[in-house]
Amino acid sequence: MFGNLTLSALPHEPITVGAGIFMAVAGVSIISILFYFKRWKWLWTEWLTSLDHKKIGVMYIILALVMLLRGFSDAIMMRLQQVLSVGDAVGYLPPEHYDQIFTAHGVIMIFFVAMPLMFGLINLAVPLQIGARDVAFPFLNSLSLWFTVVGAVLVNLSLVLGEFAATGWLAYPPLSGVLYSPGVGVDYYIWALQIAGAGSLLSGINFFVTILMMRCPGMTLMRMPVFAWTVFASMTLVIISFPILTATLGMLSLDRLLGMHFFTSDFGGNAMMYVNLIWAWGHPEVYILVLPAFGIFSEVVSAFSHKKLFGYTTMIWATIAITFLSFVVWVHHFFTMGAGANVNAFFGIMTMIIAIPTGVKVFNWLFTMFRGRIVFASPMLWTIGFIFTFTIGGMSGVLLAVPGADFQLHNSLFLIAHFHNVIIGGVVFGYFAGLTYWFPKIFGFKLNERLGKAVFWHWIVGFFVAFVPLYILGLMGMTRRLSHIDGSLGWQTLLYVAGIGVVIIGIGVVLQILQLIISIRDRRQNMDTTGDPWDGRTLEWSTSSPPPFYNFAVIPTVHGRHPFWDMKHGVGESADRSAELFLDTRLGRKHIVPHYEDIHMPKNTAMGLYIALSAFLFGFGLVWHIWWLAIAGVAGIVSLVVIRSFDYDTEYVVSKDLITKIEAKTAHRKLQLL
Amino acid sequence: MKKVMRAIMVVAVLGFVVFLSVYVGTHNMGVFNPKGVIALAEMNLIVKTTLLMLIVVIPVFIMLAVFSWRYRAGNTNAKYTPDWHSNKILEVIWWTIPIIIIVFIARMTWVSSHELDPFKPIVSNVPPITIQVVALEWKWLFIYPEQNIATVNFVEFPEDTPINFKITGDAPMNSFWIPQLAGQIYAMAGMDTALHVMADGSGEYMGVSSNYSGYGFSGMKFVAKATSREEFDQWIQTVRQSPTALSSEEYEKLAKKSRNNPVAYYASVADGLYDKIIMKYMMPMDTPAPTTMSEMHGMSQ
Repeated sequence: MFGNLTLSALPHEPITVGAGIFMAVAGVSIISILFYFKRWKWLWTEWLTSLDHKKIGVMYIILALVMLLRGFSDAIMMRLQQVLSVGDAVGYLPPEHYDQIFTAHGVIMIFFVAMPLMFGLINLAVPLQIGARDVAFPFLNSLSLWFTVVGAVLVNLSLVLGEFAATGWLAYPPLSGVLYSPGVGVDYYIWALQIAGAGSLLSGINFFVTILMMRCPGMTLMRMPVFAWTVFASMTLVIISFPILTATLGMLSLDRLLGMHFFTSDFGGNAMMYVNLIWAWGHPEVYILVLPAFGIFSEVVSAFSHKKLFGYTTMIWATIAITFLSFVVWVHHFFTMGAGANVNAFFGIMTMIIAIPTGVKVFNWLFTMFRGRIVFASPMLWTIGFIFTFTIGGMSGVLLAVPGADFQLHNSLFLIAHFHNVIIGGVVFGYFAGLTYWFPKIFGFKLNERLGKAVFWHWIVGFFVAFVPLYILGLMGMTRRLSHIDGSLGWQTLLYVAGIGVVIIGIGVVLQILQLIISIRDRRQNMDTTGDPWDGRTLEWSTSSPPPFYNFAVIPTVHGRHPFWDMKHGVGESADRSAELFLDTRLGRKHIVPHYEDIHMPKNTAMGLYIALSAFLFGFGLVWHIWWLAIAGVAGIVSLVVIRSFDYDTEYVVSKDLITKIEAKTAHRKLQLL
Repeated sequence: MKKVMRAIMVVAVLGFVVFLSVYVGTHNMGVFNPKGVIALAEMNLIVKTTLLMLIVVIPVFIMLAVFSWRYRAGNTNAKYTPDWHSNKILEVIWWTIPIIIIVFIARMTWVSSHELDPFKPIVSNVPPITIQVVALEWKWLFIYPEQNIATVNFVEFPEDTPINFKITGDAPMNSFWIPQLAGQIYAMAGMDTALHVMADGSGEYMGVSSNYSGYGFSGMKFVAKATSREEFDQWIQTVRQSPTALSSEEYEKLAKKSRNNPVAYYASVADGLYDKIIMKYMMPMDTPAPTTMSEMHGMSQ
């Protein structure tokens, strides 16, 4: 009846029991709060079933932040184990548990922190930046979110029901094959990523089409904001690379479930093929994450230097070059596999060529600051911190791209330090900058600046204290994923230092939570009544904060790269009737009665939630070999998709009158924008 | 208050740097303390590449600091050009300089990838010694085909002599790495990779698996000892006196999972064991496996 699922799947170890109890308590208290404040209906109609890209974006970000806490706890546990498990001491985690933790840390940070944070920010900003009222496929957007949530739920469920993979975050076979990993851990891994990956692919298609098709009149490709451009590049990569991930994990799953031999060592299987395939996805994946961060830095550096972005055209071409190159470098993740010198040298050289467009971007950011008026608000601090940190990460990256050097650096803590250097210094700093930058747009008030700066300093100082020792340890020969350290080598000193670094970052994370609480408490002091808190240039700042659910009462027409700036400063205004009209509606200038038209908006629907729920049953059934449940899950997905596709009544009309009313409400808190 | 904070920060940063320098000066820096030709060449490659990159990176850091300070909003004396957003000459310069540097590094990469190819034997007047390496769960088996002995988690060889490691696995993928002698290469079931080292002095060097291979991975370490030729010959004799021989049955026992395996010596080794370990992954399990590589080739013809 329940396949392999028995009571023995429940946790035994005190730490996992504790984690399970904590999750249960947190869940029960959230549910009780919802009952107490009678917020169920509100939650359901306003959020869970919403197709509004802004709300979906916020839900993505909440998911990412919750999972950040989980992934960060994993990091603390790893650091603690490595400090405690030296010489004769064995630490507090047996390898069976420790190895799950480093796997979960990697999986969670990439798939359930970085990806949802990225899709969250894209959801918040891209439609507003390109002057659209929603994304191209609002329903798919909701479905993508809930697929991602289901993936995250499966990963967390593995904590209390069974186990998670103990294979490392990319689950190389043959270790991840059924011979060496017979438990449910790898199955949880596979199905969490398959379902979340489907969500990412759908989102990729969605934003690719949105950016191509939904730009407002006049916004040619070369007038798009840089963030929209980098997202476009990133989504291209999603569309090309995620199917590879799906196929690869699919084959691994067939090996495990049906005894096939794609990646086994025997019967003609080839584990090296898996390593190639997973990196054919995995390398583009890092650019999927970092390109939007580059876009955010480009927006921020221009806004806070009060200056136009330097070298827009080169910036775009550099982005395109990186997009292309990211697909021809994957072998650099395994030069040590023993491919010939020609193959290794080719992929090494292709990799270092990426340093050229990336370097060009750095120079462009620097020369945006040159002769500017730089305000060191926290998004700008993240940007400067990024340029410094990421440049160092880029250097260690080029070293790793030289096969002869990589033989000595690969799989060591030097490698770990390198990719944390680029992911924290690039992706995390970028997304935090973006979060601070667009937060007032979505919520109508700014985040507390004092705490924001404290958060930045803790993260950057903590980063260097935590990871410089790892660079050194790597050169000393310490490899990754060790649950026990040899006492004779003197490594523990540096591991202590790295532990202190993680504590400093941890304080930063606590301050971030505090920042959120304090900012909500003090929201009235930090209200953004103008809709334009940073003196922005792009269209998202032209609507109110928060924007009405339809974003723009009148779809703007743009004539340049800085449409909102031009409108504010009257550039080309007389020639531009629509800009004038648009400003009138925003500022509530009485002398012209804005001409509104009815708007078609998508209706809320719970269908995405239901389909994702079926996907959860499907995945859970396959993990535990509960076949009837898996079949029920598939049947659910198929029938719900059919039902939804025959539902032609998916839109409703927002009347002119309602728009007039809503616009009048925001118009009365107009400020001296001009 | 602000000044005090700033002073504390400066002291903390300096303290951190001093601490790290002292640490680096007083510990064995592995990759940066090479004891073999290959590791030395690899270290030089790392240093040269880093120096080339600094040609761009240092100006970037200087510009970052100078621009941040000079063009801060409070400094109204600084020139302010809000609409200046393009300069063809500048942009050509910063496409060109990185391109030139990458051309240099790319050339180094091409040459060094061939010179340091793990499969390339080391040229020397001294005849090389072949040692076969098998990664097991979770220990390293070393087979000396010429001496017909085997060891676990310990490998000894004469200094200034090219050592040809032939590497496979009977376990999930591992990576064979002796940081002070040479960079790593994967040890994979059914595959035959190679690594060539030559120690330029006697000593004991740390060897590890650097690719995670399961629960016992942390204990998958060995000592690589380089000695004089005489000492090596004596050591061979010692191993030959070991009471155990590595027969096929003994190998099956050894191949079972074990953690933190102690060093073990085997006086002799079953014929063609290394090839058999590779071959067993080439054939479906129930088919009788050919016993040697040459038999395998014979079959395919």
